[in-house]
Amino acid sequence: MTARVGVVTFPGSLDDRDAARAVRIAGAEPVALWHDDPDLKGVDAVVLPGGFSYGDYLRCGAIARFSPIMGELVPAARSGNLPVLGICNGFQILCESHLLPGALTRNKSLRFINRDVTLRVESTATAWTNRYTDGEEIRIVLKSGEGCYVADTATLDELERTGRVVARYAEPAPNGSRREIAGVTNEHGNVVGLMPHPEHAVEDLTGPSTDGLGFFTSLLAHLADGVPAAAGATG
Amino acid sequence: MPDAPLPDTVATAQSTPDTPQPYAELGMAQDEYARVREILGRRPTSAELAIYSVMWSEHCSYKSSKKHLRQFGEKAPASDALLVGMGENAGVVDVGGGRAVTFKIESHNHPSYVEPHQGAATGVGGIVRDILTMGARPVAVMDALRFGPLDAPDTRRVLPGVVSGISFYGNCLGLPNIGGEIGFGAGYAGNPLVNALCVGVMRHEDIKLAQAPGPGNKVVLFGATTGPDGIGGASVLASATFDDESHAKRPSVQVGDPFMEKLLIECSLELFAADLVVGIQDLGAAGVSCATTELAAGGTGGMRIELDRVPLRDPRLTPEEILMSESQERMMAIVEPAKLDAFLATCRKWNILASVIGEVTDVTPEEAERGGRLVMTWHGETVVDMPPRTASDEGPVYDRPYARPADQDALQADTPDRLERPKTDDDLREQLLRVLAAPGVCDPTWVTQQYDRYVMGNTVLATPDDGGMIRVAEDADTGIALAVDGNGRYTRLDPYAGTQAAYAEAYRNVAATGARPLAVTNCLNFGSPEDPAVMWQFAESTRGLADACQTLGTPVTGGNVSFYNQTGDTAINPTPVIGVLGVIGDVRDRLATALPAGADGARIVLLGRTAEEFGGSVWAEVVHGHLGGLPPKVDLAAEAALGELLAEAAEAGVLAAAHDLSDGGLGVAVAESALRGGVGATLHVTDAFTALFSESGARAVVVVRPESEDAFAALCERHGVPAAEIGTVGGEALTVTHPEGGFSVSLAELRTAYESTLPAVFDAE
Repeated sequence: MTARVGVVTFPGSLDDRDAARAVRIAGAEPVALWHDDPDLKGVDAVVLPGGFSYGDYLRCGAIARFSPIMGELVPAARSGNLPVLGICNGFQILCESHLLPGALTRNKSLRFINRDVTLRVESTATAWTNRYTDGEEIRIVLKSGEGCYVADTATLDELERTGRVVARYAEPAPNGSRREIAGVTNEHGNVVGLMPHPEHAVEDLTGPSTDGLGFFTSLLAHLADGVPAAAGATG
Repeated sequence: MPDAPLPDTVATAQSTPDTPQPYAELGMAQDEYARVREILGRRPTSAELAIYSVMWSEHCSYKSSKKHLRQFGEKAPASDALLVGMGENAGVVDVGGGRAVTFKIESHNHPSYVEPHQGAATGVGGIVRDILTMGARPVAVMDALRFGPLDAPDTRRVLPGVVSGISFYGNCLGLPNIGGEIGFGAGYAGNPLVNALCVGVMRHEDIKLAQAPGPGNKVVLFGATTGPDGIGGASVLASATFDDESHAKRPSVQVGDPFMEKLLIECSLELFAADLVVGIQDLGAAGVSCATTELAAGGTGGMRIELDRVPLRDPRLTPEEILMSESQERMMAIVEPAKLDAFLATCRKWNILASVIGEVTDVTPEEAERGGRLVMTWHGETVVDMPPRTASDEGPVYDRPYARPADQDALQADTPDRLERPKTDDDLREQLLRVLAAPGVCDPTWVTQQYDRYVMGNTVLATPDDGGMIRVAEDADTGIALAVDGNGRYTRLDPYAGTQAAYAEAYRNVAATGARPLAVTNCLNFGSPEDPAVMWQFAESTRGLADACQTLGTPVTGGNVSFYNQTGDTAINPTPVIGVLGVIGDVRDRLATALPAGADGARIVLLGRTAEEFGGSVWAEVVHGHLGGLPPKVDLAAEAALGELLAEAAEAGVLAAAHDLSDGGLGVAVAESALRGGVGATLHVTDAFTALFSESGARAVVVVRPESEDAFAALCERHGVPAAEIGTVGGEALTVTHPEGGFSVSLAELRTAYESTLPAVFDAE
């Protein structure tokens, strides 16, 4: 049975089509979900795509958090059952929803940055990274204005201690992220937030590599085989 | 709050023929005002005066340029590809497979000087709506920018502001920015150029036109509310009539909301897909005035509008201010009554405010004869009753006097022959690094990394490659390539040849991606048309472009003119920016500029003929601060042969890289390719100075796949393109040898020179 992966479109979502393409290339069926409709349509997983939901007004992700679909998504994600990948603006929404700790703030240059970056995969014990190897370096796309990951020291220590840093920039973080963190996961390993865009590295023709495809094939492995079995070390 | 002032109605206008009107303050000449009175048979109301003054402005009416722009139609080559020609919001060309592409470039120069961020942002917003209005999904943007000298203090205000404006608006819309160009020069210090290009893709059957057919059809205004922004002249009207100080200090630069525009795009495309509109127009310059007169003129000629139904951001706006407001992110649609509910439901889905403000009306044969009949009311009083075609299509046309500038002969006589050339290898090396680091040549990453080039997932090539390339759809092999180029220095020396050179460079940039050039757009940036010397430059420039397009078979599909780019009596160097669109059958065949890594020993071949041509060159400017002589000769037949050779070579898969030669010449081109590939090169030349710095046209440098050398040689032979093997790929340096010696520059040193220029200025505290 083909896995069905929902891609939520908020007003101002931009990379929703790209996320759907990546899902399709990985071999799953993308299902369009609409912010204003609480129906998750029985999907097996959800991608919150990049963009500027609600124009990034107030604060990135702060309004999207209150949209009807999030009312259904948040409890399912928090329970550990529903795999959710938040990319860029999606990561911001996950932080605003308190599904993930920390926050994303303005890049240290105060300017938008679009460049190819090398990430080091730090945790393969998640629904979205189990097909990578620990320490694997991947080349994907960073494009964001508010991509600087911040959290208090205790939270950062806790994330590192419990293996919940999913990926780091292999170079000094272009946006100033604390401890070069590019992505984190929750305690169950089903919810992953990532600032760079794996969905833009799925075709040789249009991306810097096809390294991003692993996020989506990892999901399929997770859905098919329950890999990883009990995600996330909890101490 | 004071009581709302009484509107200046048609009845009032009839009974008070001698009321003085502020037409001069609105930029209208006395004879233009007299003509309005003649058309109407009375004095215009304030609202009518507002409409005529904006519709007959240079910006909207092209009154000084029209005579010259006609050549683009008269000399247009026969092209099966052209589906919609000039005159609509943007031209449309066929790219095969039932798909069509529309593209256009437009200036937002003056607002970008006043307020760089918002000026540039709304420039992007405006051109994107033009493309959307044709029925297309916008798929990419590009821009051509000019600023004052890099070390001028104001450049540090204008450039970062313009770039952040383009970045903010384009990124938030989700449109990839796939390239463009940037230049610097003294004349642009008070006159920056911000020329934004947008390209859109649609199916043939989806083409929409600005027209309002069908009496009884509803006129719907949708998108943002109408506010007092962008009203230049209306406050003159208001204060002249009513002396209301509250209207005095209003921003004349519009403020952009890309989020609203993104919703407007998605909403409009859904409306189009469901076939819910019969005519559509975006609101840009001249706002409601322009949309209503043009839609009416393109339809029955009749329309009735209730201006009080326009949703306002500021309830104090007068009818004339509503008519002149340039509030952004608004569209006007003509909708059949039976489809109105569905139309409004789609708008609600996207949280887009939509208001029926009027309807299409029938006209009598007599009214049609006069140019139709547009009636507008305000609180039940008639404030406009005019033939719309007289505003939209029958504006004044001027044959402005022109004369060759007094200094033109002296400028051309001051050739670069007198300039001292590098004497030693050390001189050559040092001058190559200086040229590579020059502001208009150096690495633009500081600018381009602020733009999203990946969104939509169809970007095949983007800056720093020669042209941008977009796959027309996810499931298609076809791609379109785009390049924009302009060279104010060449055009100053010879506007006819300089414009052809800019066109040839864009053509060559497209060809160097492997695509075949198909159509042209242009943005013509000049000084004041009232200066005969500027008008001569304009006349020569348009003649040059029309002739070149005729020769190479690429029709001009549309464009834009920006006059009055001058400070006092000093005009900018004439800067026509030419955009060329090409098509490639299979995007996988595209050519990139990077030297191939791991292909040591692969041959580097120089295509085309190199002459001693340094007039207007980067070398003359950077090393000697010189501008004189003539620009490089333009050989259109050679450009065509080179273009066809590159397209066939791409299809045959015989090349590993290709890079066109332009600003700076061969030295810059090979250095760029080496840096992009992260691999060095060795060049063997005879006259090193000419080889490295000449800017002769119709040239490209290519790397041939080792197994395809014979096949490529045969292709060159067949197309009559001179091909000289000048070196090989490999090593960690760019090495140049010549009979008397040679020099070498490590990639690291090249990189430092190339990449440091912009960060040194804009990252400095």
